[in-house]
Amino acid sequence: MASPASSKPGEIPGWIYNVILPILNLLAALVVSGILILLIGENPINALWVLIQGAFGYADNIGYTLYYATSLIFVGLGFAVAAHGGKFNIGGEGQGYIGGLGIGLACLYMGSTPWPIVMLVAIVGGAVCGGVWGLVPGYLAAKRGAHTVITTIMFNFIASALMTYLLVDVLIRPGQQNPESETFAVTSQLPQVRDILLNFGINIPPNPLNVSFVIALLCCVAVYYYIWRTRWGYELRAVGQNEKAAVYAGISPTMITIISMTISGALCGLMGLNVLMGDQHRIVLNFTAGLGFVGIAVALMGRNHPFGILLASLLFGALYQGGSQLSFDIPVLNRDLVVVIQGLVILFTGALENQFKPYLEWTYRRLTRQSVPQSTKEA
Amino acid sequence: MTSAPNKPASKAAALPALELRKVNKWFGTNHANRDIDLAVQPGTIHGIIGENGAGKSTIMSIVYGFYSADSGEVLVNGTPVTITSPKDALAAGIGMVHQHFKLVDNFTVLENVILGVEGGMKLAAGMARARAELERLEREYGLEVSPDSVVEDLPVGIQQRVEILKALYRGADTLILDEPTGVLTPQEVDELFRILRQLREQGKTIIIITHKLGEVMALTDRVSVMRRGEMVAHRQTAETSKEELAELMVGRKVLLRVAKGPANPGATVLKIDGLNVIDGQGVRRVKDVSLDVRAGEIVGIAGVSGNGQSELLQALSGIMKPASGQILYKGEDIAGDPAKLNARALRKAGVGHVPEDRQREGLVMSFLAAESAILGYHDLPAYNRGILMDRDAIIAETQRYIEKYDVRPTSPTYKSSNFSGGNQQKLVLAREIENDPDLLLIGQPTRGVDIGAIEFIHSRLIEMRDAGKAILVVSTELDEVMSLSDRIVVMFDGHVVGELPASEADERILGLMMAGIDPKKNQAA
Repeated sequence: MASPASSKPGEIPGWIYNVILPILNLLAALVVSGILILLIGENPINALWVLIQGAFGYADNIGYTLYYATSLIFVGLGFAVAAHGGKFNIGGEGQGYIGGLGIGLACLYMGSTPWPIVMLVAIVGGAVCGGVWGLVPGYLAAKRGAHTVITTIMFNFIASALMTYLLVDVLIRPGQQNPESETFAVTSQLPQVRDILLNFGINIPPNPLNVSFVIALLCCVAVYYYIWRTRWGYELRAVGQNEKAAVYAGISPTMITIISMTISGALCGLMGLNVLMGDQHRIVLNFTAGLGFVGIAVALMGRNHPFGILLASLLFGALYQGGSQLSFDIPVLNRDLVVVIQGLVILFTGALENQFKPYLEWTYRRLTRQSVPQSTKEA
Repeated sequence: MTSAPNKPASKAAALPALELRKVNKWFGTNHANRDIDLAVQPGTIHGIIGENGAGKSTIMSIVYGFYSADSGEVLVNGTPVTITSPKDALAAGIGMVHQHFKLVDNFTVLENVILGVEGGMKLAAGMARARAELERLEREYGLEVSPDSVVEDLPVGIQQRVEILKALYRGADTLILDEPTGVLTPQEVDELFRILRQLREQGKTIIIITHKLGEVMALTDRVSVMRRGEMVAHRQTAETSKEELAELMVGRKVLLRVAKGPANPGATVLKIDGLNVIDGQGVRRVKDVSLDVRAGEIVGIAGVSGNGQSELLQALSGIMKPASGQILYKGEDIAGDPAKLNARALRKAGVGHVPEDRQREGLVMSFLAAESAILGYHDLPAYNRGILMDRDAIIAETQRYIEKYDVRPTSPTYKSSNFSGGNQQKLVLAREIENDPDLLLIGQPTRGVDIGAIEFIHSRLIEMRDAGKAILVVSTELDEVMSLSDRIVVMFDGHVVGELPASEADERILGLMMAGIDPKKNQAA
């Protein structure tokens, strides 16, 4: 009777949801993929091994894995910021694409400037262009009630059409057929990790990993601080969790929605830093290649937390890179099957993310209940 | 304790209409119901009382088949039954009237009553049968309702009758009513009690779950008290008292009415003149309301919920924009100035606001208690160091609230949703009072709050009054308005019906005014 209500009984600890549940989801995706591979007539264990080797086996493979992860971190973070404000931004693809325009233009017009300066300008350019592509749907959502799922996906199409026009008619390098811009000056290209390591006498095979990975990591830290440690992040979460309470507290959901969608678009817009400035060294058609959508799955799997997004980005980066290795080594498991596996991971970690939750909770309660009743009865 | 804890009184030797034996229910590690024994005699009205979280809703949910018990037996008329769904409960003759009605608003009464028991493919035939049956029920139990009225056009009290009819139509012999009077005027409460007594005369068994002691005393034949998941006492209503029941519920002696000295009103802090508020649907919710609140007094606004009090509070706290009229705060008209009449600016100007619905407005459930404890004050310099928030300062301040207001559990880093309703309310009150406002607006200060905490909250408010603050209280609990306020303003349909000093108010007069009748004016006419 005298037992103080010091802890809330029956509460499921956070790590169950944040660690065990994603791992279960991932395992489920792998099991289903394995069954699929088995049906095709290949050995799933072997295929998994090839995939892991392909993603992490050699220095250049790791480089590719981290390269893909870099793009995914930007988009994942962007999605997470909007999600904390209660908005579903699925326009990362278009925002990344348009952001690439800002980055590309900075590189093209600052030809011979040293890369750190170009990079700073490119970050601003990418953030502004991507930000505008998030701001407009944000404004429409806040002022007109237009659903961001609809508007952002529409903006993906507009971005695609606009970039095609620009690359075919405006930015195209004169005298050639390919819809791509001039190559950036060598000074304005981001150093690749391989080149940096060469300075120390370490020679690894070519791979596109570049310093924008560091920028992505810095963004993780910045987003963490923004969301959980500043009053603006506090207001963002208040609006996302309970708009009525936010209004009661004198916070304007309209402003927060516009700001968060802009920041979201700006983060997605930095994707081009990695792909264009770090690897392609020119603006190319469709350089986002669907990573803007995978970033949504990354954020969902990472529970909209920067650290989770980092881990999920590594996972999906590994799936991308290991997947191409898989189709290379075992031709029967072609590119399409790799996409299917990725799709299964997205299905289980994103769409069905809470599939196992009730069973998990039930199991946890079963396991913890046996010990607790004894002690409460005595109290 | 034996399986029949209360002796049959008048109708001797009858098997209990409903009997529970050693029923246990766990939620995870939480023992929500512990060895519950209960025997409800047929043809009686049985009250079940207890504080929030005492387990009374859980035990009734087990009876009605929303939950299944982990152990123990449920017997209906002496026969053990297994109830795993509301369907089973109805088959066993148990019907339930929920606190929040489960009616389809744009259906007629008849359509609502037959919903789910239409009786075959052809709707018209079923409707005709239902109409005849409904008429019989209405005659038998004095439950007049027009079968063709659309539910949303009916007053709340009549909607409740539809719920009762629904249960009777499904053949219920035992009716469980969960907090049935929360949304009713005193007159509607009287009418409900008349109906329930008539049902009892016709042999029905009524179980009423409530936290209002007055109603238990007025209506029930027996009462069972729950505390912390256990049945702590069974009493014949005639042999107990409010004081004893309150003590049984809380586990210690409780002051039911907080003592307070006379008010000592000073300068006028808030003066409203001809205020109109129009809501998002274009409906005028507040109509030409004028009132004033002075420093050192508590003004209570009484009224059945939905008569404009909420919107008045929202307008005064800067959440809804007034359509016209004046709001003078400390002598300055702020009604037309959005830079002054908004939630943020008002807080800075010394207007605290405890919202009516703390779960939807006052707190963010998924936030830590410490985060909820600064809601609205989060941009104060005290909580920020440069661009980052000062977590240590926020937690320290929350810890201070928790100690001063006896909030439990005592950890500022628990999620807000982990606190019970009463403790959440204490947290909100602590936040608004400790920021030292000159004017405090409070909606429903003790809705869903335990008796023990009510006493605490009321004395805090009176302390504040005596410190010279102006307080405006909106409450639908008449007892509360009468015991807290120095002056009472009654609202009906958006208007102020009248105003009277608390010393002249009684339930009858206030009840009439809450129905829109000003007895003073009637006498004059």
